[in-house]
Amino acid sequence: MSHALLIEKLGKVYGNRFEALKGISLRVDEGDFFALLGPNGAGKSTLIGIISSLVTKTSGHVKIFDYDIDKDFPAAKRLIGLVPQEFNFNVFEPIEEIIVNQAGYFGIPRKVGFERAEQYLSQLGLWDKRRCQARELSGGMKRRLMIARALVHRPRLLILDEPTAGVDIEIRRSMWTFLRELNKNGTTIILTTHYLEEAESLCRNIAIIDEGKLIEHTSMKRLLTQLDTETFVLDLMSPLDALPASLPDCLHRIDDTTLEVEVSHNESINYLFAELSKHGIEVLSMRNKTNRLEQLFMHIVTQDSAA
Amino acid sequence: MTLKEQYIAFETILIKEVLRFARIWVQTIVPPVITMSLYFVIFGNLIGSQIGDMDGFRYMDYIVPGLIMMAVITNSYANVVSSFYGCKFHHHIEEMLVSPIPNSLIIAGFVTGGIARGIAVGLMVTLVSALFTDLHPHNYIVIISTVILTSAVFALAGLINGVFAKSFDDISIVPTFVLTPLTYLGGVFYTISMLPDFWQGMSKLNPILYMVNAFRYGFLGVSDIELWASYTIIGVFIVVLYGIALYLLNSGYGIRR
Repeated sequence: MSHALLIEKLGKVYGNRFEALKGISLRVDEGDFFALLGPNGAGKSTLIGIISSLVTKTSGHVKIFDYDIDKDFPAAKRLIGLVPQEFNFNVFEPIEEIIVNQAGYFGIPRKVGFERAEQYLSQLGLWDKRRCQARELSGGMKRRLMIARALVHRPRLLILDEPTAGVDIEIRRSMWTFLRELNKNGTTIILTTHYLEEAESLCRNIAIIDEGKLIEHTSMKRLLTQLDTETFVLDLMSPLDALPASLPDCLHRIDDTTLEVEVSHNESINYLFAELSKHGIEVLSMRNKTNRLEQLFMHIVTQDSAA
Repeated sequence: MTLKEQYIAFETILIKEVLRFARIWVQTIVPPVITMSLYFVIFGNLIGSQIGDMDGFRYMDYIVPGLIMMAVITNSYANVVSSFYGCKFHHHIEEMLVSPIPNSLIIAGFVTGGIARGIAVGLMVTLVSALFTDLHPHNYIVIISTVILTSAVFALAGLINGVFAKSFDDISIVPTFVLTPLTYLGGVFYTISMLPDFWQGMSKLNPILYMVNAFRYGFLGVSDIELWASYTIIGVFIVVLYGIALYLLNSGYGIRR
């Protein structure tokens, strides 16, 4: 499979001698939905900045669909759409104008720019607001505006740096649907997010970076199989004063009506329900305590920091 | 980018720039027109009537070209420095940086926007000046070419200032401490032939003198400076300032991390 993004030994040292990237190598295949995760300050935004030309690299190579950014950055830029973390549009401009201007910067005639503005603003639920100044939009609308702007030149690689930060759950879900559809139609997507549920739900492959180094680069499936235990929360029908001693050790009482159980992946939990029934304890509902990827992410990052 | 795409990108920046200052015309067009009207009334009419002729012309007629040029210079500069720094400050310069537009076109777009504002203000001031004096332009080609080229010089200088600026204070330092004194001493209100030799020589180190005099030649047919010398100085400034601006944008200074 051909690559959408190929990074080799990428390094960045800022003017204050802070080494943000320490020789990162990474490959994202064409058509992938790729998660780029890491704690705050890990180097994700620097990496994205270099790919999209907002940050100058210190060393290494970057290729976008075979275009080396050192040799033909303009050709590479045509293939990239960037949704940055911070709002970076003129807040006093009407939003339709922001989209049409962005099209113009890519050499797209104004007439076509207006047509595409209508298409993407409609798809992202902003068409009614097209005459509004950007400052009048809510946070979620501003994020969607940046997605529409990034798509106006029809990039083959879309990079989203925390696109759903501060967005309510309903809009976040609708953005997921939109992004899934976009990816299904052939756009390669790189996503950074702090909502690990989002990465787990959307992405097929994943890289984790921390302190400027790549500490994991694999498929989401393979990564999740590394997780050998899972914790469930059980909500009880009636209050329970104390946990009977004869119940398995893996069960813990959290409060009157809540129990927690940690089970390994190859273990059935049917017997637990049988045990609880024997003692007259009825379970009302059951849920995962934490997102699985979140659990793994913390494990990997903590392990790396300790090393 | 193909030539057509480059033209579209240039046109986009230009339209954006023109709309920017047109939208806030009360802040961008009206104040210089009011200021220049006061100059016409006070220096031209009230004080000028006591001064008598200057270089064979009524004082009011003599200062009109310089005052128009003063408005063109300050507004071309102010437009680009504030617009470019604003783009940097609010990060929307990134909209251009992520696109394939060559830096030379970014410069051309901003500079042409600055020229557009310079000309818009210059036209308004010229219309107001018609209330105080009878304008009989001597050479339209010199007038038009001088105003465009001078405007380009100061638009480029404004862009360079915008690249270096790190705060809004930094965009007012050059206009206040450099541009205004040089303009006042650039022969707007007097002919340098009135000055002692030493100060005449010193005045010739001021590039604005060459621009004001070329423009005055276009209106009145008189100038303290040979026309060819004025065009040469303006041309040299354009080439040097463009080179500096291009170098700065290519290096990413102040705009790329």
